[in-house]
Amino acid sequence: MAAAAAAGPSPGSGPGDFPEGPEGEAPERRRKAHGMLKLYYGLSEGEAAGRPAGPDPLDPTDLNGAHFDPEVYLDKLRRECPLAQLMDSETDMVRQIRALDSDMQTLVYENYNKFISATDTIRKMKNDFRKMEDEMDRLATNMAVITDFSARISATLQDRHERITKLAGVHALLRKLQFLFELPSRLTKCVELGAYGQAVRYQGRAQAVLQQYQHLPSFRAIQDDCQVITARLAQQLRQRFREGGSGAPEQAECVELLLALGEPAEELCEEFLAHARGRLEEELRSLEAELGPSPPAPDVLEFTDHGGSGFVGGLCQVAAAYQELFAAQGPAGAERLAAFARELGSRYFALVERRLAQEQGGGDNSLLVRALDRFHRRLRAPGALLAAAGLAEAATEIVERVARERLGHHLQGLRAAFLGCLTDVRQALAAPRVAGKEGPGLAELLANVASSILSHIKASLAAVHLFTAKEVSFSNKPYFRGEFCSQGVREGLIVGFIRSMCQTAQSFCDSPGEKGGATPPALLLLLSRLCLDYETATISYILTLTDEQFLVQDQFPVTPVSTLCAEARETARRLLTHYVKVQGLVISQMLRKSVETRDWLSTLEPRNVRAVMKRVVEDTTAIDVQVGLLYEEGVRKAQSSDSSKRTFSVYSSSRQQGRYAPSYTPSAPMDTNLLSNIQKLFSERIDVFSPVEFNKVSVLTGIIKISLKTLLECVRLRTFGRFGLQQVQVDCHFLQLYLWRFVADEELVHLLLDEVVASAALRCPDPVPMEPSVVEVICERG
Amino acid sequence: MEDDAPVIYGLEFQARALTPQTAETDAIRFLVGTQSLKYDNQIHIIDFDDENNIINKNVLLHQAGEIWHISASPADRGVLATCYNRTSDSKVLTCAAVWRMPKELESGSHESPDDSSSTAQTLELLCHLDNTAHSNMACVVWEPMGDGKKIISLADNHILLWDLQESSSQAVLASSASLEGKGQLKFTSGRWSPHHNCTQVATANDTTLRGWDTRSMSQIYCIESAHGQLVRDLDFNPNKQYYLASCGDDCKVKFWDTRNVTEPVKTLEEHSHWVWNVRYNHSHDQLVLTGSSDSRVILSNMVSISSEPFGHLVDDDDISDQEDHRSEEKSKEPLQDNVIATYEEHEDSVYAVDWSSADPWLFASLSYDGRLVINRVPRALKYHILL
Repeated sequence: MAAAAAAGPSPGSGPGDFPEGPEGEAPERRRKAHGMLKLYYGLSEGEAAGRPAGPDPLDPTDLNGAHFDPEVYLDKLRRECPLAQLMDSETDMVRQIRALDSDMQTLVYENYNKFISATDTIRKMKNDFRKMEDEMDRLATNMAVITDFSARISATLQDRHERITKLAGVHALLRKLQFLFELPSRLTKCVELGAYGQAVRYQGRAQAVLQQYQHLPSFRAIQDDCQVITARLAQQLRQRFREGGSGAPEQAECVELLLALGEPAEELCEEFLAHARGRLEEELRSLEAELGPSPPAPDVLEFTDHGGSGFVGGLCQVAAAYQELFAAQGPAGAERLAAFARELGSRYFALVERRLAQEQGGGDNSLLVRALDRFHRRLRAPGALLAAAGLAEAATEIVERVARERLGHHLQGLRAAFLGCLTDVRQALAAPRVAGKEGPGLAELLANVASSILSHIKASLAAVHLFTAKEVSFSNKPYFRGEFCSQGVREGLIVGFIRSMCQTAQSFCDSPGEKGGATPPALLLLLSRLCLDYETATISYILTLTDEQFLVQDQFPVTPVSTLCAEARETARRLLTHYVKVQGLVISQMLRKSVETRDWLSTLEPRNVRAVMKRVVEDTTAIDVQVGLLYEEGVRKAQSSDSSKRTFSVYSSSRQQGRYAPSYTPSAPMDTNLLSNIQKLFSERIDVFSPVEFNKVSVLTGIIKISLKTLLECVRLRTFGRFGLQQVQVDCHFLQLYLWRFVADEELVHLLLDEVVASAALRCPDPVPMEPSVVEVICERG
Repeated sequence: MEDDAPVIYGLEFQARALTPQTAETDAIRFLVGTQSLKYDNQIHIIDFDDENNIINKNVLLHQAGEIWHISASPADRGVLATCYNRTSDSKVLTCAAVWRMPKELESGSHESPDDSSSTAQTLELLCHLDNTAHSNMACVVWEPMGDGKKIISLADNHILLWDLQESSSQAVLASSASLEGKGQLKFTSGRWSPHHNCTQVATANDTTLRGWDTRSMSQIYCIESAHGQLVRDLDFNPNKQYYLASCGDDCKVKFWDTRNVTEPVKTLEEHSHWVWNVRYNHSHDQLVLTGSSDSRVILSNMVSISSEPFGHLVDDDDISDQEDHRSEEKSKEPLQDNVIATYEEHEDSVYAVDWSSADPWLFASLSYDGRLVINRVPRALKYHILL
């Protein structure tokens, strides 16, 4: 490489080395890279001639290379190396040359010997072949002679051979005749000895001949005899067949013989099946007895075992025998057998289903699954034997049905469990509270409910999972692979349960709630939180669990988690909204009664805050605590707690004055409206029954909004005296003092209470508001 | 587009009472009664000029007291009845009386100059619906198809049927019935059914709806717990004889078939506060108007339970002459119920809404702050119903 690099940049130094002349100095590096590539792609040969010393193997100075050029090499050595190195390389070279010489000599000697021996061998082979040719010639002549002789012998023997053949034929015929003449006696003997098989075989052999020669009197006699005997034989066989005591194999033998005797197959078929039916019905009866109207019935596993070994085994035997015997019957026979199997099979299935139905209520899935497994496994044999009867399919169907029912049962169980939980909660809520102990532990109740439902779900999943266990024979059916997992378990059981849970919860919002109090509000709150928890975590957890356990994978569309979550969230929202409505209604009713039942015209000057207002504040506080147990605080508009107190008093003094003072001047009746309208322009519309968010502040805001709006509407329906108005003023100030802390935006409470007082003032013929300081004193005292 | 914009009219006082001038079928005219404890109350006669979109008003003084309910005679344009509060000796009494307005105002469009105070005229009192026994009149309803001689008033727990004699100058109590039960029962509202020869009246008290036969003054049906809370108002479907709508404090509007009172036929829950008023359109009963204290007015299309669930059929009975020139409705599929529009022009609770008696596509709503808004059914819907 160094040489190349040195040679490249100085083209003038050795023009002879570059036969075609280099393109230039600059592309040197590029060429080098090309050279490597070309080498890699095997293009070096063609190019090498034209290229100056480039890549390694093309180096003319490489002693071992194909393109070694001694001149160049020497030139290079001479030019580059110092004397010492030259000497070294010379000695080195000499040593190498010597070694090469000696190597060559050894090789020549070794191969020389081998050549000599090869030449000898070839020579010897030449001699041997010449000898062999002679012998082959002789062999050919001999063979010709032998052929000649053989032809002559066969010609002489021809005649005799024919005669012998004829004699042999006669002999055979005579033996047959003898057999025929002896036949009746043989048959009789056979029948007597009970060797029915032998007799039938004889008869079979003779039958055709007798048939053919029946026009000869002697043969006819024999045939008649034979027929008589055969008839007797058939008689006896049938006798044996009908007795039926003997087992299926013997019967099958009888039938086989009868068939050979040429009895009508159709009739035999019927008879055979009738017998089989008798036996199988026996089995069915015993099964039915086990099923019994009054069980100490054996467990379902035992039952299916009996059925499997007794009935199904029997059916298999019958079918196998039938197919063997009546194979000649063709499709009609097969059809008959199929019908037979179908009929009995359906009766068997009916029994099994009855038994399984008894099992439906029970809780133990493993036993049921094992029983079903046995049942299904046993029916595979006849199923394969009698594809037309559809037994295997029917069995699979039964298993599927049972599985479905099982799913339904579990769904019911889950629902019942949920309802049970709810009942428990109701009871816990309704239980008299221990004095000094604050309420029932809502959070605790919630945790209880959630965990108990979850454990029920898990238990159900585990129970149902048995159906898809690997070792169960039907678990690889397409139904259990696909539909059972996705539609049955995931959709039917889990999704169905979550949906029904949501529905149950929602139903609390609808009918009974209208009358109020039918559902304890705390339950609404708890359910709402439960649904919300489901939305955030539990649903996806449960579904993931299901998907993992059941490897749901098929084409059926499944409900996505998000849909369910949305449903749960909606339910939670509705429940919470309903809770707000119910609680709001309770407080509203209090306020309303308090406004409606009082005579506001002739009331006395206010000395106290009315008790109902205190009650309202107390109740609101209680609700606040209750909601706080389950829901987070939520955000409220940042406002200094200090300001709240003041706004109202400021309002009571200055604003109210400003607002109502003009109304005393008769010229401007418009002003009140104008002012209140302008004020409204700047405040937002208040949605009273607006949807709530999932936090405490929002819930409380909703309740307070509803209550205050009710107060407003009720106030507008009444007429107030001066003291009536002042009482309202006091009450509102009191509410103001205590309610602001519960709501998200205290401005809202101000606004509504302002409206209440303003409305009361409007409804008062003689509006003289109380001094704010007095109001404050009364409220503080109250 | 301009035409569809609402027309707003402001009263100086608080107001709750609104009625169309029922006997008037040509001009669009509404009567509004004010509530003021300090000044003389007024009845505003609001004339709406549909073509020019202009409101003309005439003011009548109603010095007897603040008006809680107003209703116009179906036969005589000049006659109306009010329920009003009278405060005396620190007691509030609600009375009812029949009035006649001055002749020249009967037909409206009396070009009154702007200085209303000077031209304010007074109502002529025809008669008091007086009964010393019952003092709290909740509402007064006229026999809808009659000659303006029969009137029913609801007072506390009594339902009173009056005969107006001698050109309404004398009211004779024809018959009455009362509601017995525990607690203080009080009627809140009532309507006279236009069907069955006007022999039925429905009333609301607390959460219950009751039907009465005016011949025998006996109860014919009763819907217990029709609403979760107080029932505020009800109205009869003008074209379907057993149908009835009610509304109440549970924010719901419910539609009933009085032959089956166990379940409402349909429930609407569009308002976010108490619903104070519900009114069927007089001609097209799929149009239902509701007003609520959430300051909204909602116009709903309840086509599935209307008398024309498949749109207008040509062999339908003609209901009024406005509908003579209708072509056959093409599509026969049941249409969807929906909210047509929510009107948010009010800024205070809306206590009264009603349809014009002259133009079936026009309605008015009244909020507590004295704002009267006149709106029209959206054009697209109007043509959809007509064509």
